[in-house]
Amino acid sequence: MTVSPIDRVAAKTPSGVARRIKGFSDRTIAWIFVAPTVFLLLAVNIFPLIWTIRLSFTNFRVNRPNNDVEWVGLRNYQRILTDPDVWNTMQATAHFLIWTITLQVLIGFILAFLINKKFKGNDMWTTIIVFPMMLSPAVVGNFWTFLYQPQIGLFNYVIAFFTGADPASFSMIGDVHLAPWAIVIADTWMWTPFVMLICLAGLRSIPDSIYEAAECDRASKWRQFWTITIPMALPFLMLAVLFRGIENFKMFDLVVQLTGGGPGNTTTLTSIDLKREAFEKWRTGYSSAYAVILFVTVFGLASIYVKALNKVKER
Amino acid sequence: MITFLRTFISSLLQFRRGSWEMLATIMIALGVFMLMQPFLLGLYSYSFIVTLVGTVMFIIVSHFPE
Repeated sequence: MTVSPIDRVAAKTPSGVARRIKGFSDRTIAWIFVAPTVFLLLAVNIFPLIWTIRLSFTNFRVNRPNNDVEWVGLRNYQRILTDPDVWNTMQATAHFLIWTITLQVLIGFILAFLINKKFKGNDMWTTIIVFPMMLSPAVVGNFWTFLYQPQIGLFNYVIAFFTGADPASFSMIGDVHLAPWAIVIADTWMWTPFVMLICLAGLRSIPDSIYEAAECDRASKWRQFWTITIPMALPFLMLAVLFRGIENFKMFDLVVQLTGGGPGNTTTLTSIDLKREAFEKWRTGYSSAYAVILFVTVFGLASIYVKALNKVKER
Repeated sequence: MITFLRTFISSLLQFRRGSWEMLATIMIALGVFMLMQPFLLGLYSYSFIVTLVGTVMFIIVSHFPE
């Protein structure tokens, strides 16, 4: 008779321990296994969150740990919510969010729709399109800084070729009106492949039999697109919007590398502003309140989005 | 419209999840709009409290019966 590894382990377990384990219910044993993960989650996620909320009501500065910490109540929140500079930062973030998500979803879906067609070199094109997503945001930031150079940058030459303008006459990252678009273009270039992959998964999950049935019913390609493709790919599209929305709300590295938040404060997104308050001005209490405001906003948006996603999936 | 409002209010009074969730969703969306709109600083100042109330309400009412 063969002895299984479980039997061997059981045989080596001291009889006292074995007796005690046998006395445990299934529920207790399950909790013993889950406890380390729960503890880790509490320590890494929940404790810092509670600590941040507590700090947001104080004037604590992490670079002056020996100073007395005063309870300031809602003063930090009041300062943030009446500061026109923070308000401008929120608007810059809104501009970045709305345009990147719109462009990425539109271009990503079109690319996925085209790649989903059966043609020669399909896999090669998918790999080429996905390439920007594999790069580090710091590399992409540097790369686009060179592309946007007014004297030698390829981007200015392409624009000049189509418009007839002098390539050196405009600077994408030095102009207050163009810089917000410069970060939108770079982020769209980098993350559209991600949206494309999610949409491609959605399109490939639609069974061919549905299209065949529609063909039998003489439905036009246009009608098939609006009544089969879009509704069945919608949960995937919504998932892509959720992922990109949360990620872009926290956008930091690419923008810092590309514009550093300038010129002026035109591309200072909330995460960049928050980092400056926390680790350059060392206003820990103030930046904690800032972080709580951003957290509540993202959490609220994610909650209603997940609810909408579940409703779409139920249909 | 009046019928919809009447149904909506009566289901709010009966603590039904659907209507309360809708109210919480509207509050969150309104709060986020107020936070990021470029028109009035006053709206921006009250955005956080609207979003916070909406989010807390959403968490509570998601445990209400259907």
